[in-house]
Amino acid sequence: MSGPVGVERAAAELVFDQATKRYGEGEPAVDQLSLTVPAGEICVLVGPSGGGKTTALKLVNRLIELTSGDIRIDGTSINSLDVTELRRGIGYVIQQVGLFPHMTIEANIGTVPRLFGRSKQWIHTRSQELLELVGLDPSYAKRYPAQLSGGERQRVGLARAIAANPPVMLMDEPFGAIDPIVRARLQDEFLRLQQEVRKTVVFVTHDIDEAIKLGDRIAILRQGGVLVQYDTPEAILARPADDFVAQFVGADRALKALALRTLGELELRPAADGGPRLPRAATLRDALALLIDERAQTLVVTDDAGTVVGSLTRDDLLR
Amino acid sequence: MNALVAAGPVIPNFGQGSRCERTNGWWCTDWLHAHWGDTLQPALVQHIELSLIAVGIGFALAFALALVGVRYRLLDAPIGVFADFLYTIPSLALFQLLVPLTGLTVTTVEIALVSYTLLILYRNMVEGLRAVPADALEAAQGMGLTARQTFLRVELPLAAPAIIAGLRIATVSTISIATVAAFVIPQGLGRPIFIAIGQDLFKTEILAAGALAVVLALVADGLLVFAQRVATPWSRAG
Amino acid sequence: MIVADQFRPGTFVDAFRFIGDHGSLLLSKTSEHLELSFAALGIALLLALPLGLWLGHRHRGFFFAATVSNVGRALPSLVLIAFGLTIFGVGFWNNTAALVVLAIPPILTNAYFAIDGVDRDVVEAARGMGLSERQVLLRVELPLGLPLVIAGVRIATIFVIATATIAAIAGGGGLGEIIVNQASYGLGGVVGAAFCVSALTLLAALGLGLLRRALSPSPVPGA
Repeated sequence: MSGPVGVERAAAELVFDQATKRYGEGEPAVDQLSLTVPAGEICVLVGPSGGGKTTALKLVNRLIELTSGDIRIDGTSINSLDVTELRRGIGYVIQQVGLFPHMTIEANIGTVPRLFGRSKQWIHTRSQELLELVGLDPSYAKRYPAQLSGGERQRVGLARAIAANPPVMLMDEPFGAIDPIVRARLQDEFLRLQQEVRKTVVFVTHDIDEAIKLGDRIAILRQGGVLVQYDTPEAILARPADDFVAQFVGADRALKALALRTLGELELRPAADGGPRLPRAATLRDALALLIDERAQTLVVTDDAGTVVGSLTRDDLLR
Repeated sequence: MNALVAAGPVIPNFGQGSRCERTNGWWCTDWLHAHWGDTLQPALVQHIELSLIAVGIGFALAFALALVGVRYRLLDAPIGVFADFLYTIPSLALFQLLVPLTGLTVTTVEIALVSYTLLILYRNMVEGLRAVPADALEAAQGMGLTARQTFLRVELPLAAPAIIAGLRIATVSTISIATVAAFVIPQGLGRPIFIAIGQDLFKTEILAAGALAVVLALVADGLLVFAQRVATPWSRAG
Repeated sequence: MIVADQFRPGTFVDAFRFIGDHGSLLLSKTSEHLELSFAALGIALLLALPLGLWLGHRHRGFFFAATVSNVGRALPSLVLIAFGLTIFGVGFWNNTAALVVLAIPPILTNAYFAIDGVDRDVVEAARGMGLSERQVLLRVELPLGLPLVIAGVRIATIFVIATATIAAIAGGGGLGEIIVNQASYGLGGVVGAAFCVSALTLLAALGLGLLRRALSPSPVPGA
């Protein structure tokens, strides 16, 4: 067994270079996909079913082998590595979680560290730390997966994927089977987690709202595994590449764009009195909703402590 | 052997025992005391030996077949049909069919006993291995476990409850069928029953040997249940 | 019994010669064998099937069904036959009684688990449409559970025909009478009768297997 390959390694740059997957002679499932995910960023692959997004994801850890083209992690081609070695250095989270029912939560989290020859003590300490990190009580370590709710299981799935500190994470619709309220909370916590661990993440979803919320960059794929647009959420909402993208992001894309900016990013007018109040961290979309709801024209902006710092009008929000 | 009650004349043979024995009582404790050492205990030990060997060999054989049947799906149906075919042949007939080949030997008995374990062990092993959740397998593969590691650390432990369930049925059935072995060799708990039938149906001996066989089967079953609880604590979680 | 302690494959030739020469004897023994088997199976079906179906329908008696199955498996057929002998003496009914006891567990437990395991949504839908309890059982649960019910009958049939052979030691007649009487029929006769009884169980197993398949509401994989 080799040394601790992925452990304590910083995030890596991930490059798809003309990556193509074709089954037999038919239409390609992924067609000459080229894109670069900068180290430490979240890239969301999104598109309708048949868009090849899951296929593209599985090309990275070679659960599906490339037909042609290449994928490189920090400049190293995935084909130059031993396949199990490669996979141990990549965190993998799937929708059904895939926890091992016969292992305790701690043993599940310790799966890959154990393959790297980590001691029991190391795994124990690490799993305690990770459980806390994903928002679970450390006492969960001794439980079995069947004793956890769906949301809790997916948190464990996340902890298991980052247990050996891999530089790259692959997430295949990880929150797809979870009810909307828990899903929103998991998304928030995943973003918070990402602030701390800074992995290079490839995230597959069919939900454009999730893509906008989580992605540093979004890759929109259409039927046949063709990349239509790869850009930041703001750019995609502001300038969809074509009708397909415009339709996919939805007619309410202007509203969605508002949700990406906070009041603090705008230039504030001098403080006015009266009207509803919101903190600087609130999104423009929430602010607009509040103004419409209250039938008001002007909004009072506060800092996190509640002190008034300025005001904004409806027009300011929509400019 | 082959004491044929219907064929032979009835010769009362209770002359020299206690009153209980002379009147062919249901439970003559003095007879049990006198003959535990020379009759029942050796028969019990032989019975355990016969059964253990059969289940052991049957388990190894079924396991090898199950690996083939899971790996090469095309072969699953033929193996299953063959095991079912063996299971269908009556034990007494199978013993006799083997006699021209392997004689009146322990080998004959073991071949027959092993063939009865195959069906249930094979079916349960294959079903257990197939029932391993696909997501757990995908996760194992995605995390970089080798095929061997996946089998030993994920598939086999997850199939364990089904495999042990099969082992329970096979063990109990084998202990039960092993009584018929006395038609071929003078061994096992079937032996005292035959002798008792030959001695004008001596009830105490039939009852004692029969009870031993049943208790042995139930104890073996209980031990396996216990083993399963210890080996698969997770199957009771949730 | 005459000891055959070496390898004598020639016996199989003798066996087939015996089958060829003693057609009418084998036929009458076979019919005795079947008479005993069917009598036992019929009684066991009458007793165990309704009880198993009813318990399954009510989703009650899991422990009972599991225990019957476990204890049934642990009861050696030879012990049952010998026991029947001590109680009823030599004859048709002691063997029938022993065989009935043997046939009940697989029929009862399979019937129970077949009906108990029918998709509860389907049953609820049937109730919701206004079927009576009896109609739910007969029109919905029974057709859906039938393959498993028949699988139980199949196992019971195999057990009964096999054990009816052993019953010969208790004067049950049938093909077992030849098998346990090597002194009269020779090893060739014993092996020949063993062939016949094996063919009988295989035919019965095959027939019930086909019936099970034919009555499956959807194809049964690996049936």
